[in-house]
Amino acid sequence: MKTPVGSNLESILAGDHFAVTAEVGPPRGPDPAEVIKKAEILRGVADAYNVTDNQTAVVRMSSIAASKVLLQQGLEPVMQIVCRDRNRIAIQSDLLGAWALGMRNVLCLSGDHQSAGGGGKLKGHPCAKNVYDIDSIQLISIVKGLGDDAVQDGGDSISPAAPFFIGAAWTPLGPPEKFRTIRLAKKIDAGADFIQTQAVYDIKHFAEAVRRAEDMGLTDRAAILPGIIVPRSVGMLKYMNANVPGIEVPDDMIKRMKDAAEPKAEGIKITLELIEAVKNLSGIKGVHLQAIEAEELLPDVIKAAGLLPRPEIE
Amino acid sequence: MIFAEWKPLDELIDKLKSHNKLLLAGCATCVAECAAGGEKEVETLAPLLRMALKKHGCSIEIVTCTIEKQCEWEFVEELAEKAEEVDAIMSIACGIGTQALAERYDPIPVYPGVNTSALTIREEDGLWVARCAACGDCVLGETFGYCPIARCAKSLLNGPCGGTRKNGKCELDEDVDCIWNLIVERADERGQLESLSQMKKTKDWSNSRHGGPKRVIREDLR
Repeated sequence: MKTPVGSNLESILAGDHFAVTAEVGPPRGPDPAEVIKKAEILRGVADAYNVTDNQTAVVRMSSIAASKVLLQQGLEPVMQIVCRDRNRIAIQSDLLGAWALGMRNVLCLSGDHQSAGGGGKLKGHPCAKNVYDIDSIQLISIVKGLGDDAVQDGGDSISPAAPFFIGAAWTPLGPPEKFRTIRLAKKIDAGADFIQTQAVYDIKHFAEAVRRAEDMGLTDRAAILPGIIVPRSVGMLKYMNANVPGIEVPDDMIKRMKDAAEPKAEGIKITLELIEAVKNLSGIKGVHLQAIEAEELLPDVIKAAGLLPRPEIE
Repeated sequence: MIFAEWKPLDELIDKLKSHNKLLLAGCATCVAECAAGGEKEVETLAPLLRMALKKHGCSIEIVTCTIEKQCEWEFVEELAEKAEEVDAIMSIACGIGTQALAERYDPIPVYPGVNTSALTIREEDGLWVARCAACGDCVLGETFGYCPIARCAKSLLNGPCGGTRKNGKCELDEDVDCIWNLIVERADERGQLESLSQMKKTKDWSNSRHGGPKRVIREDLR
């Protein structure tokens, strides 16, 4: 059993509570008030809040800085780290710095390639040189090494150790599907404590993937939190289904959204049904909720799902 | 082969317009294979340059020569006679050839006419694709003969990222295979999927450019 690192998310999961995480995307500017505004909206509705690391390769306030702002507001961050922009030297340095600032949860990701450029809406930096010195699984093992063994990737020791509650992503429905469970196992073997998945809409298909993970004993070794993105229109569902790898939206859900008189309300209904469905799946320990550029929807959604108030852990 | 492609004409003109006589030098090896810098391309580019320079009001004479290899000194020597008559050289070989000419024919300025961009194979007529990144720490023995360093946009060593499309292509380009999808398929066909379940540790990049400029001494050949 891993020594607790002192994160709230970790305690919630250790206490067998159904965990809730949400996402706080840092602003494209330097104003901490932007982060504080989101913190005000989301205070108390989740156990920890993912702070993205220049997602879609668009420059935003750093995940370390925005995580610190959240922490100052009394919200616990899950600091995301991608392998695109920093080599193993910079990443380990930032991990030590993040630990010094009070961060205890990290989510280890490969990161969107720089050619993503904000999904075409922004210029981004498609001419940037990427790094990819290490990959997300190697990153997990590096974070584990800093915590469990107080040792850096190169073998030099650190003092004291920097233990983190380590997160990883899982795209269970992405091809090659056969390998996705193996890849999940690799992440857990490397040291992942919790897993946040790509957004789930096709519950039946997702349940099959979770069952495979359960059969391999993986759901006992790491807490799986399925991702759910609140859908707001049929266009959004269609877009994700067609363009976001690993996201599958069933035809009847698209039709349902298309026929809805009030798509926003229907999207919330769908979200609540999805939360209920994953809650009833064996091996699922919580949800990771996102309402992209509409964070204000989350408090009502989480309340309606019967997930408030969040448990207070001493 | 080393892959190169022509630079935009405007960029070339910009470099050449202050000169009087140019030697446009081709190379009959890799860049000829990728139809950028062989004899045929030299003889195609020369008139294009003449026309474009004329349009810019520059009367520059262009002589041409294509040698077997710009990356070997004995062939580089073959340009000596022509080089004597010119005040600029444009090489449309790879960066290795261009530098060899710059070294041998100093102080004549040598300009690159191409951008060297990859180590490729010609997959079909008119289609070249990257195969190697010269990373100095080959993993092909563990990745079923597909290189994830050159052929995965993120050079991932432990399997595909979340960006594999439903049809097995990379999210960055619908015409490019997710190389990890191919690696997994081949491993599966050979009943060896299990061999991909061990974490590949952080890579040693020091035997590539990242370890500083490469310099190799083979005592047995000295």
